[in-house]
Amino acid sequence: MSVLRPLDKLPGLNTATILLVGTEDALLQQLAEAMLKEDCTSELKVHLAKSLPLPSNVNRPRIDLIVFVVNLHSKHSLRNVEESLHHVDAAFFLGKVSFLATGAGRENHCSIHRNTVTKLAHTYRSPLLFCDLEIEDFRATMAQRLVRMLQICAGHVPSVSALNLLSLLQNSENPSLEDL
Amino acid sequence: MDETVSEFFRRTILKIPLTEMMTILKTWNFLSENQLQTVNFRQRKESLVQDLVLLCEENRASLNDAALLDIIYTQFHRHQKVWDVFQMSKGPGEDTDLFDMEQFKSSFKKILKRALKNVTVSFRDAEENAVWIRIAWGTQYRKPNQYKPAYVVYYSQTPYAFTSSSQLKSNLPLLGQALTIASKHHQIVKMDLRSRYLDSLKAIVFKQYNQTFETHNSTTPLQERSLGLDINMDSRIIHENKTEKERVQRVTQEIFGDYPQPRLEFAQYKLETKFKSDLNGGILAEREEPLRCLVKFSSPHLLEALKSLAPAGIADAPLSPLLTCIPNKGMNYFKIRDK
Repeated sequence: MSVLRPLDKLPGLNTATILLVGTEDALLQQLAEAMLKEDCTSELKVHLAKSLPLPSNVNRPRIDLIVFVVNLHSKHSLRNVEESLHHVDAAFFLGKVSFLATGAGRENHCSIHRNTVTKLAHTYRSPLLFCDLEIEDFRATMAQRLVRMLQICAGHVPSVSALNLLSLLQNSENPSLEDL
Repeated sequence: MDETVSEFFRRTILKIPLTEMMTILKTWNFLSENQLQTVNFRQRKESLVQDLVLLCEENRASLNDAALLDIIYTQFHRHQKVWDVFQMSKGPGEDTDLFDMEQFKSSFKKILKRALKNVTVSFRDAEENAVWIRIAWGTQYRKPNQYKPAYVVYYSQTPYAFTSSSQLKSNLPLLGQALTIASKHHQIVKMDLRSRYLDSLKAIVFKQYNQTFETHNSTTPLQERSLGLDINMDSRIIHENKTEKERVQRVTQEIFGDYPQPRLEFAQYKLETKFKSDLNGGILAEREEPLRCLVKFSSPHLLEALKSLAPAGIADAPLSPLLTCIPNKGMNYFKIRDK
Protein backbone atom coordinates (compact mmCIF):
# COMPACT_ATOMS: atom_id res chain seq x y z
CA MET A 1 0.00 0.00 0.00
CA SER A 2 1.02 3.57 0.13
CA VAL A 3 2.11 3.57 3.76
CA LEU A 4 5.80 3.71 4.57
CA ARG A 5 6.92 0.94 6.86
CA PRO A 6 10.28 0.88 8.60
CA LEU A 7 11.15 -2.77 8.37
CA ASP A 8 9.54 -3.98 5.16
CA LYS A 9 12.86 -4.12 3.29
CA LEU A 10 16.25 -5.55 3.98
CA PRO A 11 18.94 -3.01 4.73
CA GLY A 12 21.68 -2.36 2.20
CA LEU A 13 25.25 -3.11 3.20
CA ASN A 14 26.62 -0.18 5.18
CA THR A 15 23.95 2.06 3.63
CA ALA A 16 21.92 4.62 5.49
CA THR A 17 19.02 6.33 3.75
CA ILE A 18 17.26 9.46 4.91
CA LEU A 19 14.04 10.84 3.51
CA LEU A 20 13.50 14.58 3.69
CA VAL A 21 9.88 15.62 3.24
CA GLY A 22 9.03 19.26 2.67
CA THR A 23 7.46 21.64 0.15
CA GLU A 24 10.46 23.85 -0.48
CA ASP A 25 12.72 21.96 -2.78
CA ALA A 26 15.57 24.44 -2.70
CA LEU A 27 15.98 24.16 1.08
CA LEU A 28 15.85 20.36 1.01
CA GLN A 29 18.40 20.28 -1.77
CA GLN A 30 20.81 22.47 0.15
CA LEU A 31 20.40 20.43 3.31
CA ALA A 32 21.00 17.24 1.36
CA GLU A 33 24.19 18.63 -0.14
CA ALA A 34 25.39 19.75 3.29
CA MET A 35 24.78 16.27 4.68
CA LEU A 36 26.66 14.59 1.87
CA LYS A 37 29.67 16.81 2.54
CA GLU A 38 30.10 15.26 5.96
CA ASP A 39 32.69 12.57 6.53
CA CYS A 40 30.83 9.43 7.31
CA THR A 41 31.78 5.79 7.49
CA SER A 42 28.38 4.74 6.16
CA GLU A 43 27.25 5.25 2.62
CA LEU A 44 24.62 7.94 2.69
CA LYS A 45 21.63 8.30 0.44
CA VAL A 46 19.25 11.24 0.59
CA HIS A 47 15.76 11.07 -0.82
CA LEU A 48 13.84 14.30 -1.27
CA ALA A 49 10.07 14.31 -1.49
CA LYS A 50 7.53 17.06 -1.61
CA SER A 51 4.92 14.97 0.14
CA LEU A 52 3.83 11.45 0.91
CA PRO A 53 2.77 8.99 -0.36
CA LEU A 54 5.83 8.30 -2.48
CA PRO A 55 5.35 7.04 -6.02
CA SER A 56 4.93 3.32 -5.72
CA ASN A 57 6.57 2.06 -8.87
CA VAL A 58 10.08 2.95 -7.80
CA ASN A 59 12.65 0.62 -6.36
CA ARG A 60 14.06 2.35 -3.34
CA PRO A 61 16.20 1.26 -0.41
CA ARG A 62 14.92 0.92 3.14
CA ILE A 63 14.36 4.31 4.71
CA ASP A 64 16.09 4.67 8.05
CA LEU A 65 15.06 8.17 9.08
CA ILE A 66 12.31 10.53 7.93
CA VAL A 67 12.67 14.23 8.58
CA PHE A 68 9.61 16.38 8.01
CA VAL A 69 10.65 19.94 7.22
CA VAL A 70 8.20 22.69 8.13
CA ASN A 71 8.83 26.28 7.12
CA LEU A 72 7.38 28.49 9.83
CA HIS A 73 6.77 31.17 7.21
CA SER A 74 4.35 29.03 5.28
CA LYS A 75 1.10 27.45 6.44
CA HIS A 76 1.17 25.54 3.19
CA SER A 77 4.26 23.63 4.30
CA LEU A 78 2.69 22.72 7.65
CA ARG A 79 -0.48 21.47 6.02
CA ASN A 80 1.57 19.42 3.60
CA VAL A 81 3.49 17.76 6.43
CA GLU A 82 0.30 17.07 8.39
CA GLU A 83 -1.22 15.32 5.41
CA SER A 84 1.94 13.37 4.67
CA LEU A 85 2.10 12.06 8.22
CA HIS A 86 -0.96 9.91 7.53
CA HIS A 87 1.06 7.84 5.13
CA VAL A 88 3.66 6.76 7.65
CA ASP A 89 3.29 3.56 9.59
CA ALA A 90 3.12 3.88 13.38
CA ALA A 91 6.28 1.83 13.80
CA PHE A 92 8.28 4.60 12.24
CA PHE A 93 7.57 6.83 15.19
CA LEU A 94 9.82 4.77 17.44
CA GLY A 95 12.72 7.08 16.91
CA LYS A 96 12.89 7.06 13.12
CA VAL A 97 10.94 10.25 12.53
CA SER A 98 12.01 13.77 13.31
CA PHE A 99 10.58 17.21 12.67
CA LEU A 100 12.65 20.16 11.52
CA ALA A 101 11.29 23.69 11.74
CA THR A 102 13.01 26.38 9.73
CA GLY A 103 12.53 30.13 9.60
CA ALA A 104 12.19 30.82 13.33
CA GLY A 105 14.95 33.42 13.13
CA ARG A 106 12.87 35.83 11.09
CA GLU A 107 10.01 36.14 13.47
CA ASN A 108 8.09 38.82 11.59
CA HIS A 109 7.76 36.47 8.64
CA CYS A 110 6.44 33.59 10.72
CA SER A 111 2.82 32.71 10.20
CA ILE A 112 2.97 29.54 12.25
CA HIS A 113 3.49 29.72 15.97
CA ARG A 114 6.28 27.71 17.56
CA ASN A 115 3.72 26.00 19.77
CA THR A 116 1.95 24.56 16.75
CA VAL A 117 4.96 22.58 15.62
CA THR A 118 5.87 21.74 19.21
CA LYS A 119 2.41 20.26 19.69
CA LEU A 120 2.65 18.40 16.41
CA ALA A 121 5.98 16.85 17.37
CA HIS A 122 4.62 15.98 20.78
CA THR A 123 1.54 14.31 19.28
CA TYR A 124 3.78 12.09 17.24
CA ARG A 125 6.22 11.56 20.10
CA SER A 126 9.10 12.62 17.90
CA PRO A 127 11.91 15.09 18.40
CA LEU A 128 11.64 18.61 17.02
CA LEU A 129 14.69 20.42 15.76
CA PHE A 130 14.91 24.10 14.98
CA CYS A 131 17.29 25.35 12.34
CA ASP A 132 17.32 28.25 9.91
CA LEU A 133 18.22 26.29 6.83
CA GLU A 134 18.89 29.42 4.83
CA ILE A 135 21.97 30.20 6.88
CA GLU A 136 24.91 28.15 5.76
CA ASP A 137 26.60 27.67 9.13
CA PHE A 138 23.42 26.58 10.89
CA ARG A 139 22.65 24.30 8.00
CA ALA A 140 26.07 22.67 8.22
CA THR A 141 25.67 22.07 11.95
CA MET A 142 22.21 20.61 11.46
CA ALA A 143 23.54 18.42 8.68
CA GLN A 144 26.14 17.01 11.06
CA ARG A 145 23.47 16.26 13.61
CA LEU A 146 21.22 14.61 11.08
CA VAL A 147 24.03 12.44 9.76
CA ARG A 148 24.74 11.24 13.29
CA MET A 149 21.04 10.57 13.92
CA LEU A 150 20.81 8.75 10.62
CA GLN A 151 23.72 6.49 11.46
CA ILE A 152 22.08 5.57 14.75
CA CYS A 153 18.72 4.91 13.11
CA ALA A 154 20.37 2.72 10.50
CA GLY A 155 21.97 0.72 13.28
CA HIS A 156 25.50 1.67 12.33
CA VAL A 157 26.44 2.89 15.78
CA PRO A 158 27.09 0.00 18.15
CA SER A 159 24.92 -0.24 21.27
CA VAL A 160 22.75 2.77 20.42
CA SER A 161 19.42 2.21 18.73
CA ALA A 162 16.85 4.62 17.38
CA LEU A 163 14.67 3.99 20.39
CA ASN A 164 17.57 4.73 22.79
CA LEU A 165 18.15 7.99 21.02
CA LEU A 166 14.49 8.87 21.20
CA SER A 167 14.24 8.41 24.93
CA LEU A 168 17.47 10.36 25.39
CA LEU A 169 16.10 13.27 23.41
CA GLN A 170 12.74 13.22 25.11
CA ASN A 171 14.10 13.29 28.65
CA SER A 172 15.94 16.50 27.97
CA GLU A 173 12.82 18.33 26.84
CA ASN A 174 10.45 20.09 29.19
CA PRO A 175 7.89 17.68 30.60
CA SER A 176 4.54 18.04 28.89
CA LEU A 177 1.37 18.87 30.73
CA GLU A 178 0.23 15.25 30.44
CA ASP A 179 3.33 13.95 32.13
CA LEU A 180 3.01 16.24 35.14
CA MET B 1 15.56 86.07 -17.15
CA ASP B 2 12.82 86.13 -14.58
CA GLU B 3 13.92 85.20 -11.08
CA THR B 4 11.31 82.46 -10.76
CA VAL B 5 12.40 80.97 -14.08
CA SER B 6 16.02 81.15 -13.04
CA GLU B 7 15.19 79.41 -9.77
CA PHE B 8 13.22 76.78 -11.67
CA PHE B 9 16.25 76.14 -13.86
CA ARG B 10 18.48 75.88 -10.83
CA ARG B 11 16.25 73.38 -9.08
CA THR B 12 15.69 71.30 -12.20
CA ILE B 13 19.40 71.04 -13.03
CA LEU B 14 20.17 70.32 -9.36
CA LYS B 15 17.92 67.25 -9.54
CA ILE B 16 20.02 65.70 -12.28
CA PRO B 17 22.68 63.28 -10.95
CA LEU B 18 26.22 64.17 -12.01
CA THR B 19 26.65 60.91 -13.88
CA GLU B 20 23.76 61.77 -16.18
CA MET B 21 24.40 65.48 -16.48
CA MET B 22 26.18 65.42 -19.82
CA THR B 23 23.73 62.98 -21.41
CA ILE B 24 20.69 64.94 -20.36
CA LEU B 25 22.13 68.29 -21.39
CA LYS B 26 23.04 66.89 -24.78
CA THR B 27 19.55 65.46 -25.22
CA TRP B 28 18.10 68.83 -24.32
CA ASN B 29 20.26 70.37 -26.99
CA PHE B 30 19.73 73.91 -25.77
CA LEU B 31 23.29 74.75 -24.79
CA SER B 32 25.76 74.44 -27.61
CA GLU B 33 28.84 72.20 -27.65
CA ASN B 34 31.08 75.20 -27.24
CA GLN B 35 29.19 76.46 -24.26
CA LEU B 36 29.25 73.05 -22.58
CA GLN B 37 33.00 72.88 -23.11
CA THR B 38 33.51 76.09 -21.16
CA VAL B 39 31.98 74.51 -18.08
CA ASN B 40 34.03 72.54 -15.57
CA PHE B 41 32.01 69.40 -14.89
CA ARG B 42 34.32 68.26 -12.14
CA GLN B 43 33.58 71.06 -9.71
CA ARG B 44 31.16 70.87 -6.82
CA LYS B 45 27.57 70.42 -7.96
CA GLU B 46 26.35 73.72 -6.52
CA SER B 47 28.90 75.70 -8.52
CA LEU B 48 28.35 73.60 -11.63
CA VAL B 49 24.64 74.31 -11.46
CA GLN B 50 25.32 78.02 -11.02
CA ASP B 51 27.52 78.05 -14.14
CA LEU B 52 24.89 76.22 -16.16
CA VAL B 53 22.14 78.59 -15.06
CA LEU B 54 24.31 81.53 -16.14
CA LEU B 55 24.71 79.92 -19.54
CA CYS B 56 20.95 79.48 -19.77
CA GLU B 57 20.54 83.16 -19.00
CA GLU B 58 23.00 84.01 -21.74
CA ASN B 59 20.90 82.06 -24.19
CA ARG B 60 17.77 83.82 -22.98
CA ALA B 61 16.15 80.60 -21.90
CA SER B 62 12.42 80.73 -21.41
CA LEU B 63 10.06 78.91 -19.11
CA ASN B 64 9.26 76.55 -21.94
CA ASP B 65 12.91 75.54 -22.29
CA ALA B 66 13.01 74.79 -18.58
CA ALA B 67 9.83 72.76 -18.87
CA LEU B 68 11.40 70.80 -21.71
CA LEU B 69 14.42 70.02 -19.55
CA ASP B 70 12.06 68.84 -16.84
CA ILE B 71 10.33 66.53 -19.31
CA ILE B 72 13.67 65.06 -20.35
CA TYR B 73 14.66 64.52 -16.73
CA THR B 74 11.36 62.74 -16.11
CA GLN B 75 11.83 60.61 -19.21
CA PHE B 76 15.15 59.44 -17.82
CA HIS B 77 13.63 58.91 -14.37
CA ARG B 78 10.20 57.69 -15.25
CA HIS B 79 10.31 55.15 -12.43
CA GLN B 80 10.13 57.94 -9.89
CA LYS B 81 6.49 58.52 -10.75
CA VAL B 82 3.51 56.23 -10.42
CA TRP B 83 1.61 55.93 -13.69
CA ASP B 84 -2.12 55.44 -14.20
CA VAL B 85 -3.62 54.21 -17.44
CA PHE B 86 -6.56 55.77 -19.23
CA GLN B 87 -8.47 54.35 -22.14
CA MET B 88 -10.43 56.50 -24.53
CA SER B 89 -13.17 55.43 -26.88
CA LYS B 90 -14.88 56.93 -29.82
CA GLY B 91 -18.62 57.24 -29.93
CA PRO B 92 -20.63 54.82 -32.05
CA GLY B 93 -20.53 55.66 -35.70
CA GLU B 94 -17.73 58.18 -35.46
CA ASP B 95 -15.22 58.17 -38.25
CA THR B 96 -11.61 57.59 -37.50
CA ASP B 97 -10.05 60.81 -38.69
CA LEU B 98 -6.43 61.03 -39.57
CA PHE B 99 -4.54 62.12 -36.49
CA ASP B 100 -2.84 65.49 -36.70
CA MET B 101 -0.26 65.95 -33.95
CA GLU B 102 -0.06 69.71 -34.25
CA GLN B 103 -3.79 70.07 -34.14
CA PHE B 104 -3.95 67.83 -31.09
CA LYS B 105 -1.34 69.88 -29.27
CA SER B 106 -2.92 73.24 -29.98
CA SER B 107 -6.38 71.97 -29.15
CA PHE B 108 -5.19 70.43 -25.88
CA LYS B 109 -3.43 73.60 -24.84
CA LYS B 110 -6.40 75.77 -25.77
CA ILE B 111 -8.84 73.74 -23.72
CA LEU B 112 -6.68 73.93 -20.60
CA LYS B 113 -5.95 77.61 -21.00
CA ARG B 114 -9.60 78.38 -21.45
CA ALA B 115 -10.52 76.62 -18.24
CA LEU B 116 -7.60 77.77 -16.10
CA LYS B 117 -6.01 80.99 -17.13
CA ASN B 118 -2.73 80.04 -15.51
CA VAL B 119 -1.36 76.79 -16.78
CA THR B 120 1.93 75.82 -18.43
CA VAL B 121 1.66 73.17 -21.10
CA SER B 122 4.75 71.75 -22.81
CA PHE B 123 5.13 68.96 -25.35
CA ARG B 124 7.94 66.67 -26.38
CA ASP B 125 7.57 64.14 -29.15
CA ALA B 126 8.78 60.63 -28.56
CA GLU B 127 9.12 57.46 -30.58
CA GLU B 128 6.16 55.34 -31.67
CA ASN B 129 3.98 58.39 -32.36
CA ALA B 130 3.90 59.23 -28.70
CA VAL B 131 3.94 62.65 -27.11
CA TRP B 132 4.98 63.56 -23.59
CA ILE B 133 2.92 66.39 -22.15
CA ARG B 134 3.90 68.33 -19.06
CA ILE B 135 1.26 70.39 -17.30
CA ALA B 136 1.96 72.80 -14.47
CA TRP B 137 -1.29 73.77 -12.79
CA GLY B 138 -2.31 77.19 -11.59
CA THR B 139 -5.66 78.76 -10.87
CA GLN B 140 -7.48 81.86 -12.05
CA TYR B 141 -5.54 83.91 -9.54
CA ARG B 142 -2.32 82.01 -8.97
CA LYS B 143 0.62 81.36 -11.25
CA PRO B 144 1.31 77.73 -12.16
CA ASN B 145 3.18 75.66 -9.61
CA GLN B 146 6.15 74.40 -11.60
CA TYR B 147 7.20 71.98 -8.91
CA LYS B 148 4.15 69.70 -8.97
CA PRO B 149 3.52 69.08 -12.64
CA ALA B 150 1.45 66.31 -14.12
CA TYR B 151 2.75 64.25 -17.00
CA VAL B 152 0.76 62.58 -19.73
CA VAL B 153 2.20 60.18 -22.26
CA TYR B 154 -0.22 59.77 -25.13
CA TYR B 155 0.26 57.20 -27.86
CA SER B 156 -1.56 58.86 -30.71
CA GLN B 157 -2.18 55.73 -32.75
CA THR B 158 -3.89 54.08 -29.80
CA PRO B 159 -6.67 55.07 -27.43
CA TYR B 160 -4.32 54.87 -24.43
CA ALA B 161 -2.75 57.56 -22.34
CA PHE B 162 -0.56 57.20 -19.27
CA THR B 163 -0.62 59.87 -16.60
CA SER B 164 1.58 60.38 -13.61
CA SER B 165 -0.54 60.57 -10.49
CA SER B 166 -0.33 64.22 -9.72
CA GLN B 167 -0.79 65.46 -6.20
CA LEU B 168 -3.34 67.96 -7.43
CA LYS B 169 -6.12 65.48 -7.99
CA SER B 170 -8.82 68.07 -8.52
CA ASN B 171 -7.52 68.81 -11.99
CA LEU B 172 -7.85 65.24 -13.17
CA PRO B 173 -11.34 65.58 -14.73
CA LEU B 174 -10.21 68.62 -16.66
CA LEU B 175 -7.15 66.80 -17.89
CA GLY B 176 -9.26 63.87 -19.01
CA GLN B 177 -11.65 66.15 -20.80
CA ALA B 178 -8.90 68.01 -22.60
CA LEU B 179 -7.28 64.77 -23.68
CA THR B 180 -10.54 63.30 -24.94
CA ILE B 181 -11.66 66.32 -26.89
CA ALA B 182 -8.28 67.15 -28.37
CA SER B 183 -7.78 63.60 -29.60
CA LYS B 184 -11.30 63.50 -31.00
CA HIS B 185 -12.58 60.80 -28.71
CA HIS B 186 -15.89 60.57 -26.98
CA GLN B 187 -15.19 59.07 -23.61
CA ILE B 188 -12.33 58.41 -21.26
CA VAL B 189 -12.15 55.70 -18.63
CA LYS B 190 -9.53 55.05 -16.00
CA MET B 191 -8.25 51.50 -16.11
CA ASP B 192 -7.59 49.57 -12.92
CA LEU B 193 -3.93 49.43 -13.71
CA ARG B 194 -1.14 51.30 -12.00
CA SER B 195 2.62 50.91 -11.72
CA ARG B 196 5.90 52.78 -11.65
CA TYR B 197 7.17 50.98 -14.70
CA LEU B 198 5.80 52.79 -17.71
CA ASP B 199 7.36 50.35 -20.15
CA SER B 200 5.69 47.42 -18.43
CA LEU B 201 2.33 49.18 -18.49
CA LYS B 202 2.86 49.74 -22.20
CA ALA B 203 3.71 46.09 -22.71
CA ILE B 204 0.59 44.98 -20.90
CA VAL B 205 -1.79 47.41 -22.53
CA PHE B 206 -0.44 46.93 -26.05
CA LYS B 207 -0.18 43.17 -25.47
CA GLN B 208 3.50 43.14 -26.35
CA TYR B 209 4.72 41.16 -23.36
CA ASN B 210 4.17 37.69 -24.70
CA GLN B 211 6.60 37.77 -27.55
CA THR B 212 9.16 35.07 -27.11
CA PHE B 213 12.53 36.02 -28.42
CA GLU B 214 14.42 33.25 -30.13
CA THR B 215 17.44 32.29 -28.05
CA HIS B 216 19.62 29.27 -28.54
CA ASN B 217 18.02 27.64 -25.49
CA SER B 218 14.47 27.91 -26.63
CA THR B 219 14.60 24.95 -28.99
CA THR B 220 15.50 22.39 -26.33
CA PRO B 221 12.39 20.78 -24.85
CA LEU B 222 11.46 21.38 -21.24
CA GLN B 223 12.62 17.93 -20.16
CA GLU B 224 16.20 18.49 -21.21
CA ARG B 225 16.37 21.91 -19.68
CA SER B 226 15.23 20.80 -16.24
CA LEU B 227 17.52 17.77 -16.32
CA GLY B 228 20.41 20.05 -17.15
CA LEU B 229 20.31 21.19 -13.55
CA ASP B 230 20.57 17.62 -12.34
CA ILE B 231 23.98 17.02 -13.84
CA ASN B 232 25.57 19.04 -11.09
CA MET B 233 23.74 17.08 -8.45
CA ASP B 234 25.14 14.33 -6.39
CA SER B 235 23.88 10.96 -7.50
CA ARG B 236 23.24 10.12 -3.87
CA ILE B 237 20.40 12.65 -3.82
CA ILE B 238 17.21 11.26 -5.27
CA HIS B 239 14.15 13.33 -6.02
CA GLU B 240 11.07 11.27 -5.37
CA ASN B 241 8.57 13.63 -6.91
CA LYS B 242 10.19 14.20 -10.27
CA THR B 243 6.96 13.81 -12.22
CA GLU B 244 5.24 16.28 -9.95
CA LYS B 245 8.07 18.78 -10.37
CA GLU B 246 7.87 18.45 -14.11
CA ARG B 247 4.11 18.94 -14.00
CA VAL B 248 4.54 22.12 -11.96
CA GLN B 249 7.15 23.42 -14.41
CA ARG B 250 4.89 22.64 -17.33
CA VAL B 251 1.83 24.29 -15.80
CA THR B 252 3.85 27.34 -14.82
CA GLN B 253 5.24 27.63 -18.30
CA GLU B 254 1.78 27.29 -19.84
CA ILE B 255 0.41 30.07 -17.71
CA PHE B 256 3.33 32.47 -17.59
CA GLY B 257 5.21 31.60 -20.74
CA ASP B 258 8.94 31.68 -21.32
CA TYR B 259 9.24 35.41 -21.71
CA PRO B 260 10.18 37.93 -19.00
CA GLN B 261 7.10 39.23 -17.22
CA PRO B 262 6.12 42.90 -17.27
CA ARG B 263 7.05 44.63 -14.06
CA LEU B 264 4.40 45.57 -11.52
CA GLU B 265 4.84 46.34 -7.87
CA PHE B 266 1.53 45.32 -6.44
CA ALA B 267 -1.87 43.77 -6.94
CA GLN B 268 -4.78 44.81 -4.80
CA TYR B 269 -7.99 42.90 -4.22
CA LYS B 270 -10.98 44.51 -2.56
CA LEU B 271 -13.41 41.93 -1.32
CA GLU B 272 -17.01 42.71 -0.59
CA THR B 273 -18.73 39.46 0.01
CA LYS B 274 -21.26 38.15 2.40
CA PHE B 275 -20.17 35.66 5.00
CA LYS B 276 -20.67 32.07 3.90
CA SER B 277 -20.64 29.27 6.40
CA ASP B 278 -21.43 25.59 6.44
CA LEU B 279 -22.73 25.80 9.96
CA ASN B 280 -26.23 27.09 10.43
CA GLY B 281 -26.63 30.17 12.51
CA GLY B 282 -23.82 32.07 14.09
CA ILE B 283 -23.58 35.81 14.37
CA LEU B 284 -21.79 36.41 11.11
CA ALA B 285 -24.17 34.28 9.05
CA GLU B 286 -27.08 36.57 9.85
CA ARG B 287 -25.23 39.69 8.85
CA GLU B 288 -26.84 41.43 5.90
CA GLU B 289 -23.97 43.72 5.04
CA PRO B 290 -21.09 42.27 3.11
CA LEU B 291 -17.75 41.90 4.81
CA ARG B 292 -15.08 44.19 3.46
CA CYS B 293 -11.48 43.30 3.28
CA LEU B 294 -8.43 44.35 1.32
CA VAL B 295 -5.67 42.02 0.24
CA LYS B 296 -2.55 43.56 -1.23
CA PHE B 297 0.38 41.70 -2.74
CA SER B 298 3.56 43.73 -3.12
CA SER B 299 6.91 42.84 -4.55
CA PRO B 300 9.78 44.48 -6.42
CA HIS B 301 8.65 42.39 -9.39
CA LEU B 302 5.23 40.94 -8.67
CA LEU B 303 4.68 38.78 -11.74
CA GLU B 304 8.09 37.11 -11.59
CA ALA B 305 7.48 36.42 -7.92
CA LEU B 306 4.11 34.83 -8.70
CA LYS B 307 5.74 32.81 -11.46
CA SER B 308 8.29 31.37 -9.04
CA LEU B 309 5.78 30.49 -6.29
CA ALA B 310 4.85 27.04 -7.53
CA PRO B 311 8.35 25.89 -8.57
CA ALA B 312 9.66 27.02 -5.17
CA GLY B 313 7.06 24.91 -3.42
CA ILE B 314 5.39 27.84 -1.69
CA ALA B 315 2.08 27.39 -3.48
CA ASP B 316 0.34 24.71 -5.49
CA ALA B 317 0.19 24.87 -9.24
CA PRO B 318 -1.92 26.11 -10.96
CA LEU B 319 -2.22 29.41 -9.13
CA SER B 320 -5.52 31.10 -8.59
CA PRO B 321 -6.80 32.70 -11.81
CA LEU B 322 -7.22 35.95 -9.88
CA LEU B 323 -3.43 36.16 -9.77
CA THR B 324 -2.61 34.84 -13.20
CA CYS B 325 -5.09 36.99 -15.10
CA ILE B 326 -3.29 40.25 -14.28
CA PRO B 327 -1.42 40.81 -17.56
CA ASN B 328 -4.21 39.35 -19.68
CA LYS B 329 -6.90 41.53 -18.22
CA GLY B 330 -4.63 44.51 -17.83
CA MET B 331 -5.69 45.05 -14.24
CA ASN B 332 -3.97 45.08 -10.91
CA TYR B 333 -6.83 46.48 -8.91
CA PHE B 334 -9.72 44.10 -8.43
CA LYS B 335 -13.11 44.41 -6.78
CA ILE B 336 -14.63 41.10 -5.89
CA ARG B 337 -18.29 41.02 -5.07
CA ASP B 338 -20.87 38.32 -4.61
CA LYS B 339 -22.34 37.25 -7.88
